[in-house]
Amino acid sequence: MARYIMQRIFYLLITLFLIATISFFLMKLLPGTPLTAEDKLSEEQREIILEKYGLNDPEPIQYVNYLGRLVQGDLGISFQFDNRGVTQILMNRIGPSAQLGVQALVIGTILGILLGLLAAINHTGFLDYGSTFVAVMGKSIPSFVFAGLLQYFVGVKLGWLPVALWDGFEYSILPSIALMIFPLATAARFTRTEMLEVLGSDYITTARAKGVNELGVVFKHGLRNALIPLVTIIGPLAVSLMTGTLVIEQIFAVPGLGEQFVSSVMTNDFPVIMGTTLLFAFLFVVIILIIDLLYGVIDPRIRLAGGDK
Amino acid sequence: MRKKNWLLLVLALVLSVFLAACSGGSEEGEGTDEGNTESESEGTTEEGGEEAAEVEQILRITDSTEIPTMDPQLSTNTVSSQWLGATMEGLYRVGKDGEPEPGIATGYEVSDDALTWTFNLREDAVWSNGDPVTANDFVYSWRRAVDPDVGSEYGPYMMGGVIKNANEVASGDLPIEDLGVKADGDYTFIVELEKPTPYMESLATFTTFYPMNQSFVEEQGDQFGLEADTLVFNGAFVMSEWNHGEGWVLKKNEDYWDSDTVKLETIDVKVTKDVPTNVNLYNNDQIDRTGLTADFVDQYRSNEEFKTVLNPGVFYLKFNQTRNEALANVNIRKALATAFDKEGIASTILNNGSIAAGGLVAKKFVSDPDSGEDFREINGDLLPYDVEKAKEYWKKGLDELGTDSVTLEYLTGDTETSTNISAFMKNQLETNLEGLSLDIKQVPFKERLRLDTAMDYDIQAAGWVPDYADPNTWLNMWVTDGANNKMGFSSDKYDSMLEKANNELAQKPNERFQTFLDMEKLLIQEEAAIAPMYQEGVAQLWKPYVKDVFKNLIGPEYSYKFAYIEK
Repeated sequence: MARYIMQRIFYLLITLFLIATISFFLMKLLPGTPLTAEDKLSEEQREIILEKYGLNDPEPIQYVNYLGRLVQGDLGISFQFDNRGVTQILMNRIGPSAQLGVQALVIGTILGILLGLLAAINHTGFLDYGSTFVAVMGKSIPSFVFAGLLQYFVGVKLGWLPVALWDGFEYSILPSIALMIFPLATAARFTRTEMLEVLGSDYITTARAKGVNELGVVFKHGLRNALIPLVTIIGPLAVSLMTGTLVIEQIFAVPGLGEQFVSSVMTNDFPVIMGTTLLFAFLFVVIILIIDLLYGVIDPRIRLAGGDK
Repeated sequence: MRKKNWLLLVLALVLSVFLAACSGGSEEGEGTDEGNTESESEGTTEEGGEEAAEVEQILRITDSTEIPTMDPQLSTNTVSSQWLGATMEGLYRVGKDGEPEPGIATGYEVSDDALTWTFNLREDAVWSNGDPVTANDFVYSWRRAVDPDVGSEYGPYMMGGVIKNANEVASGDLPIEDLGVKADGDYTFIVELEKPTPYMESLATFTTFYPMNQSFVEEQGDQFGLEADTLVFNGAFVMSEWNHGEGWVLKKNEDYWDSDTVKLETIDVKVTKDVPTNVNLYNNDQIDRTGLTADFVDQYRSNEEFKTVLNPGVFYLKFNQTRNEALANVNIRKALATAFDKEGIASTILNNGSIAAGGLVAKKFVSDPDSGEDFREINGDLLPYDVEKAKEYWKKGLDELGTDSVTLEYLTGDTETSTNISAFMKNQLETNLEGLSLDIKQVPFKERLRLDTAMDYDIQAAGWVPDYADPNTWLNMWVTDGANNKMGFSSDKYDSMLEKANNELAQKPNERFQTFLDMEKLLIQEEAAIAPMYQEGVAQLWKPYVKDVFKNLIGPEYSYKFAYIEK
């Protein structure tokens, strides 16, 4: 197990290195410089400032310099926010994004499982159609439309929750709901399908024949097995939340990372683009790693060490 | 079976808890509504009780982005300029009427050759840490603006060719001590200029020219300006909180020399990017102002809280005379410039208070030094929309070129507004000018700048936002080979008029003004080098209890110094 984890961490570093390299050179294809008053500067002045930031060096040299600093944990200084360290910017912004992401993922998945379970137990009944309807709506309505509706009806018309802004837990409820719709719908559909399949299998019939009570059948024998494949999709779901936050944060004026990412691309703020990309990439690979490790824990049939002969 | 039913019941109960939570909420909601009405009626009673003076003096507004920098010399955009403007003060400041008025300076004397300006500073101005504001603070900050180690973008742009040796210092050829500024004692600040500069007062209101407290800045080192507590202020407000990305809070500066004038106690600013969100917050009485996009304008136009204000930015078409021979022909340019309905763009597509532009210099921007008449009023519309005339020019132009069809590229931005305007332009120009076909090319802003610099376009939709109140900011762009010309326009007559306006006429305001009027006519009416489109407006909703917030055409967008709340 320890060897497997070491191996995976090594691969993780390779992945991050590749992502850093590709992003760096792709980013350099962006037209223009990070200067904010480019159109007002004389060419001579532009050169002086670019020289100061080492942006006149050939790109491979800039790349090597960047990697050198990166290894030492230095993400550089932002251009868009003069003299502000990238690490500091990311630290300022990661809190709200993480809070929304975790709330949406945890609550969305749990509610989704419940909904899927109800549907499976009440197969072809009212609850089944009801939950399928909710799941289809959730998957097909874009989260920003849903966010707009929530904001208008719950925030403005009913006045139950804050319309937007970020000033305490109640401000995180509406954006979390808007964000959780997708994982909720996905988890519900997945659970329903898996549950129906599991409930139809032989060992469930055996369990019933042996007189296990219905709760035991559904939760102990049914749900536990139905959930194993669900763990696989939590990784991609978490990632979809990261991108989903870009829009939701804007609509609810949440001071998160998403907004930062978009504005850094628009202004050619190279160090912030790299910092945000690497942070997203890092979270992504770590989530995948955790899911893979969890998989082995949940399902004894999957034996990790068997992988390398 | 019995057990299964029981399980269903449990799950149904769980679900009903959720449902109950929802329906229970609606009752609460009604309750809240009632609460609102009550508090409103309380407000009315207070007013009746003549206690209006006790209304909380807090202004709640939003801005579109995090403040990029609070370092005056590094500031390059409207958000920084706005909040620096509210917390800092230069030699001059923008007054209620939009004209420069004395700030830290009480006045100045100009030498006979107009090259030395001696500013007298007030002795009662202090920084928010208690230090006095002295002439040395200006010497330090003005040098800082062109110090290559600081890397200011606006410093060299604003000071180059104006303040003595600014260009040489900025390029590192002279030490910063050689910049033409010095302090004579604590309260006399002397500036030497490269050439007479009649708009010096207006320049002195700009962020780049704000003073800096040298000992404070040096003490903070690379932390200066990053947080509310690593900043020091000398303006009407101080920043008391700065939550990056979320918002910031300004409080009245009790140490400000003119603090008796300042009535607002607090300005609470939140960052919101989304206009519908802003409108919702406004309708929910959480903020006192919101901008409106065109789609909201019709909905709110008849509302008495609806207002439009004019920005100084003017948008126009640049005709590149070097890439396509058709655009080197003046008749073709005139045809293109008069064949589209400017009013239509302003009132139908933008629908936000924008107005059709008659020329390049913005309306309500500069006026005749004698009569006070607006520059724009005097010159009027230099290339009015006139399809018949456009067709004549077009035919003449095509004959001169010996062709019957022309294909031109139309370079523009990738915003929604650009998309709508370019579709409109394509329709108008192709319909009105037979044989023309327009290829729309939409690119991001940075790419458009690159193509502009490379002069790799035929027609470009561009704009200019002025930095100081003088026609020079608009008209010096088009000097032969100017850094912002980039369209191959070159006229000896134009160049010599500009030269004259900025040198021998520098101390003759009337003749100088007349020269600028003539230059604009030459550029647009005679040469049709550019085709004016519109001057940008902004549609807004303002709560009626907010009074005396002044909109500026140069410098910080709004003056909050005089604002107050009256409920």
